[in-house]
Amino acid sequence: MVRQIGYILALLGLVIVELLTIVSSFASLVLAFGLGMVFLFPPQVRMIRRVTGLTRRLVNASAGVSIEPPYLPEPPPPQPQADGLYRSHRTLYKTPRVPAWNDRWRWMMTDPATWRDALWLTLDPFVKVLLLPLFVLLPGRGLRVYGLWCATLLGATASSRMAGQISSLNRARNLAVDTQAAEMRRIERDLHDGTQARLVALGMTIGAAEQLMESDPRAAKALMAKAREASAETLTELRRVIRGIHPPVLAERGLGDAVRALAMDSALKVSVQVDLPHRPEAPVEAAAYFAVSELLANAARHGGAESVEIDISSSRANLLITVTDDGWGGADPAKGSGLAGIERRLAAFDGVMAISSPPGGPTTVTMELPRVLPAHWAGDLPKLPRWKMITVVSLWATAWCPLFPQGIVAGVFKAIDFDEKAWFLALHLPEPWQWPCIVFMILLGTAMYLAAVVIPAQDRDNPSAVRPAARTVIRCT
Amino acid sequence: MNRVLVAEDLYLLRDGLVHLLQAHGFEVVAAVESGPELLKGLLELRPDVSIVDVRLPPTFTDEGLQASLEARKKVPGLPILVLSQHVEQLYARELLADGSGGIGYLLKDRVFNAEQFIDAVRRVAAGGTAMDPEVISKLLASNAKNEPLAALTPREREVLEQMAEGRSNAAISQRLYLSESAVAKHTASIFGKLGLAPSDDDNRRVLAVLAYLNSR
Repeated sequence: MVRQIGYILALLGLVIVELLTIVSSFASLVLAFGLGMVFLFPPQVRMIRRVTGLTRRLVNASAGVSIEPPYLPEPPPPQPQADGLYRSHRTLYKTPRVPAWNDRWRWMMTDPATWRDALWLTLDPFVKVLLLPLFVLLPGRGLRVYGLWCATLLGATASSRMAGQISSLNRARNLAVDTQAAEMRRIERDLHDGTQARLVALGMTIGAAEQLMESDPRAAKALMAKAREASAETLTELRRVIRGIHPPVLAERGLGDAVRALAMDSALKVSVQVDLPHRPEAPVEAAAYFAVSELLANAARHGGAESVEIDISSSRANLLITVTDDGWGGADPAKGSGLAGIERRLAAFDGVMAISSPPGGPTTVTMELPRVLPAHWAGDLPKLPRWKMITVVSLWATAWCPLFPQGIVAGVFKAIDFDEKAWFLALHLPEPWQWPCIVFMILLGTAMYLAAVVIPAQDRDNPSAVRPAARTVIRCT
Repeated sequence: MNRVLVAEDLYLLRDGLVHLLQAHGFEVVAAVESGPELLKGLLELRPDVSIVDVRLPPTFTDEGLQASLEARKKVPGLPILVLSQHVEQLYARELLADGSGGIGYLLKDRVFNAEQFIDAVRRVAAGGTAMDPEVISKLLASNAKNEPLAALTPREREVLEQMAEGRSNAAISQRLYLSESAVAKHTASIFGKLGLAPSDDDNRRVLAVLAYLNSR
């Protein structure tokens, strides 16, 4: 009660701030659009947003109405072109200041939330005055009504939510494309500097041998042996490149065995647990594989770990990976580029990574890739136990009998005093029992239909009904 | 003793293998190009030795490996030499898991050196093993922190590597330019340090070493 009154007083006190904001907003609107002093507009919008943000927090704390901010995400800082200039529309700038300002201006002007905020700000003092009696008489109810009023104008709309989603998808797509392009460049460099150069050398050696074939067969033979060695080296090099693109075991056996192979090649003691009834899609497998591979390398290189545990499992359609090592801890994505690289790779699949790495260890990295597994997987389809299945089927098959003929039809016959008794049980009973029997039949039939609907629905909500997938545990220690 | 089956999906390589084997006095009884054909050939023809590519149609995954494991489950000890563009400890362990000999696992590059390759084929046909040096070095690397292995002298390590690849004492002495008795001394010392029971049979000794390395 005391707290509620406190909140109400705070909200009423805010009216003074609101009135000041209204005055300054009006002034800056006139100055910005009437006299062209456009630089006044963004700070004014920010000021209003601060007031609405404060109101949202107050409403959430006082009435429990949580209001999602509806604003479009702030534009990213402008990126220079290849020649170091910044482009905004058709003009090039030397510094990012003007393009950034343009972006900010457009962001604020085109966001409908800016204008909804303005509308809210103008009306809010009146609403508070109107609600004053309610605040005094029923503070709890009053706060709740006020919360609903704020939610209508300050909350996110379907289109603002959509806009937010689109911009986060855009970001994810750009990241994915960038990562892809960087990978391609790396592969190109590997092939260009390694394999291609070696093949050129090989061709030259064979050419020299060809020339010497007749004049100096012995030297030619030595050169051919060298060429053979060089071709073996080229193959080794090529194998390394292929492993970096898509490891052969991953293509041949899938994620579980590829990670096991990785564990075997590692100098650390690695135990691997894989619990996946089917193979995920190839891109998902690759992202998960490279993430685990990077973490394993990190544990060996920086973490001072001796043993690592890798757990790969699925929860409905989500892929969960946990990598735990017993190293020093203190891993930080901001410091090394490895962890940030994993985050970038996972972002393409909306994946998230959580790191727990207290100084002194142990380090646990948990990754989750949501909705990447086929939805019909392992127990995601609720499967009814047999006896429940039989019950449901027999309920559907028989519930019509008490409800329609024995209940409703018999009732109609009874009501119009029809002569025919047919096979309606109720009509064969003595007079005082006839109506109770009809009512009982109708209730019984309805209850049976209800049960037939409720039993499977209940089973679906019950997580224990999900069939546990076979857990394969392989330890390679 | 010289009937060979070849399973390889690339025509050029298959043809090359067939020619190479024929030139060294083997009789190629079948040259197949897919997993199901391979399994059928292995079980019906019972070749003295088979040379199998890991990746075969129709799935282009590890079809050849699976067919080989399947055939060896039905015919224990059926000699098979598996060739691949890449070697994995995982596959090596699977091939060695049944503990019977007559198994080989080599990189395709090893075909370049015809003599050594034919030597490996003969060894597998005779019930021995032929493991790729790369598999062995990976095995040793992942055993790097293992106490008894760290106690070996560099020379003993070399001998161990050669032995794990599947070579007999005589072959090791040739390759490392040692006398046969010196090799015998080294192997006895290795077996002592690793705590393995000594054995005169070359093949059984090799399998014991591989089992030891794999048991980590």
